[in-house]
Amino acid sequence: MIRVALIGLGKMGISHHAIINTHPDAELVAVCDSAAYVLDVLRKYTGVRCYADFLALLDQEKPDALFIATPSRFHGEMVKAALDRNMHVFCEKPFSLDPAEGKTLVSIAEQKRLVTQVGYHYRFVASFQEMKRLLAAGVLGQIHHIRSEVYGSVVLRPQGSTWRTRREEGGGCLYDYASHAVDLVNYLVGAPDAVGGSVLNKLFSRDVEDEVYSTFYYGNGMTAQVAANWSDDSYRKITAKVTVWGTKGRITGDRQELQIYLCDAGNPSYGLNKGWNVRYTTELTKDVWFYLRGEEYSAQIDHFLQCIKINGWGENISPFASAARTDDVLAMILRDSGTARARAHAPDTAKLASGGTQGLLRRIFSRR
Amino acid sequence: MERILFGDNQFFGVNHMSEEKARAQSIKFQDIEAIIHVLDAAYDEGITGFMCTTHERIGDICDHVRNNRGRYQNFQFYPCMPYAYKYANAVTNYGMIGALKRFLPEDGAIGAVLKGGMSVAKKDPQGLGELLIDAEMKMFDGLRTPVIFLQNVVTDLLLGLGFHEAFCIFADHVKNRYNAEAGFITMNLPKLLDVLDALAIENPIVCTNINKIGFRMCGGIAAYEKVIATRRFRPIAMSVFASGAIPAKEALEYVCKQTNIRSIVFGASSRGNIRQTKQLIDQLTRPS
Repeated sequence: MIRVALIGLGKMGISHHAIINTHPDAELVAVCDSAAYVLDVLRKYTGVRCYADFLALLDQEKPDALFIATPSRFHGEMVKAALDRNMHVFCEKPFSLDPAEGKTLVSIAEQKRLVTQVGYHYRFVASFQEMKRLLAAGVLGQIHHIRSEVYGSVVLRPQGSTWRTRREEGGGCLYDYASHAVDLVNYLVGAPDAVGGSVLNKLFSRDVEDEVYSTFYYGNGMTAQVAANWSDDSYRKITAKVTVWGTKGRITGDRQELQIYLCDAGNPSYGLNKGWNVRYTTELTKDVWFYLRGEEYSAQIDHFLQCIKINGWGENISPFASAARTDDVLAMILRDSGTARARAHAPDTAKLASGGTQGLLRRIFSRR
Repeated sequence: MERILFGDNQFFGVNHMSEEKARAQSIKFQDIEAIIHVLDAAYDEGITGFMCTTHERIGDICDHVRNNRGRYQNFQFYPCMPYAYKYANAVTNYGMIGALKRFLPEDGAIGAVLKGGMSVAKKDPQGLGELLIDAEMKMFDGLRTPVIFLQNVVTDLLLGLGFHEAFCIFADHVKNRYNAEAGFITMNLPKLLDVLDALAIENPIVCTNINKIGFRMCGGIAAYEKVIATRRFRPIAMSVFASGAIPAKEALEYVCKQTNIRSIVFGASSRGNIRQTKQLIDQLTRPS
């Protein structure tokens, strides 16, 4: 039995709690949260041991593994405390708001050969896993472009202040939504060498962005575009979609299905015909022992526990190291959007923007 | 309980196989008249039970049925609560207590205490639960709701947390207040049955995925077949077509040959489909 503890009982934390609790290889020994009422109810009705102080939990319970589902600004301190005590760590995304701190944590965990994972659950969605398998097998030939999009309806009107509305706490569409789009690109084809044309726009939020767009550049000429918007009312829930174009065809995938188009010939070894091929989640998804909100939420926790069981600290498919690369790309987007915005707001550009076509026409005609 | 219940996923853009199909359905049914048109078709085919979420648009259907009682004399709602997305987003944004405050009525004692920010001396999830149930049931005022269901995301969350007493709170309250039976929707049938047994909730109504390919049947298709054959409960089969992955006849043959399955819930968007599915179920259902 792996003795597990959990910090943070928000939406993700409560979901992890229920899933860990049912896992045959895990024993959830204690939980920690700052809301006394939630702890009291849980203690009374489920009997789980509850703490308000996470260090007290770590020192008294001495779990083998720790799940951290607190707002992102607390991640660094909590992860460090757990690693210092030789505990395996599953941390919610984004991993660290400070990429330098993230790298330090990666190296501590690697030195100690501890299993680490970050909750990028799309890496555990069967259709994206299948997409990765097909790309790695080269069924699309040379990949030249990827589009990764994440949409949802989180912020639809001006809101009061919560951690989600403060970037320094990990709020905003960049950390919450675009992180998934970026991590999917990293997962499927690797992290970019440079980013450009990044846009962080506010729609309803006062202090953070509600939409994010960016172009990624790779040394081999490949490009990617990511788009994230958490203020799109037409989506019932968070929805991720990826399209990959290669010289031999294209693949579009979301949580439900993969649509694969191959140009010249099929690829019989992968069961793919020339033209359109569709693979549905019903055939791709593997059973999980317990279902709460989607197989991927159970599958990611099972993967973490199995890695601990087999001592597979290097086997994890969403380790701190890859999440730190995603943090790096988020930081690149943030920097790039600052310079792009500065250009847009420079006086000359502003004049051109407002003068628009008229100015251009005048210049053209004045040449005559 | 009726042999056939009509579901509502198709009206609200839920399709487990395709986002495109889901969107097409959302577009088709954005006008409430379009939903009523399909409901009328189902009703006229003899399907009188409508199993629906407590989505705010269902409120319009409720109004329509209330305003046309003569037309819908045998119409029964099977509400499934809560419509979880509004709670999920609120919990992320405002925390557990903040979310509760937003959904509780202003005037209730507990709501007042919570809203006043005072410490809650008596930890009373029962009172909270009842208030939340009542808030969800408001739209069905004066309508027939013989069974009230707990949605799978909540059933399975409580199941996972081990907060089993909540199932009793739910069952007791829907019985006492609404004279209805409790139903539980789950993706984890064998696990849930063990817990309901231990709680002495007798012969429970449980709605769960039952389909030939074992899609979202946690614990495995064999375990499902076994508990359906041997345990005392009233199973309602949902997702029998696995979102279209199984041809209709084959799918229904699989379900109907398990004679302990009481009811089948399915959704469809056209009269032709409704009629065909109903005829198939009728044919395949052996008289008991």
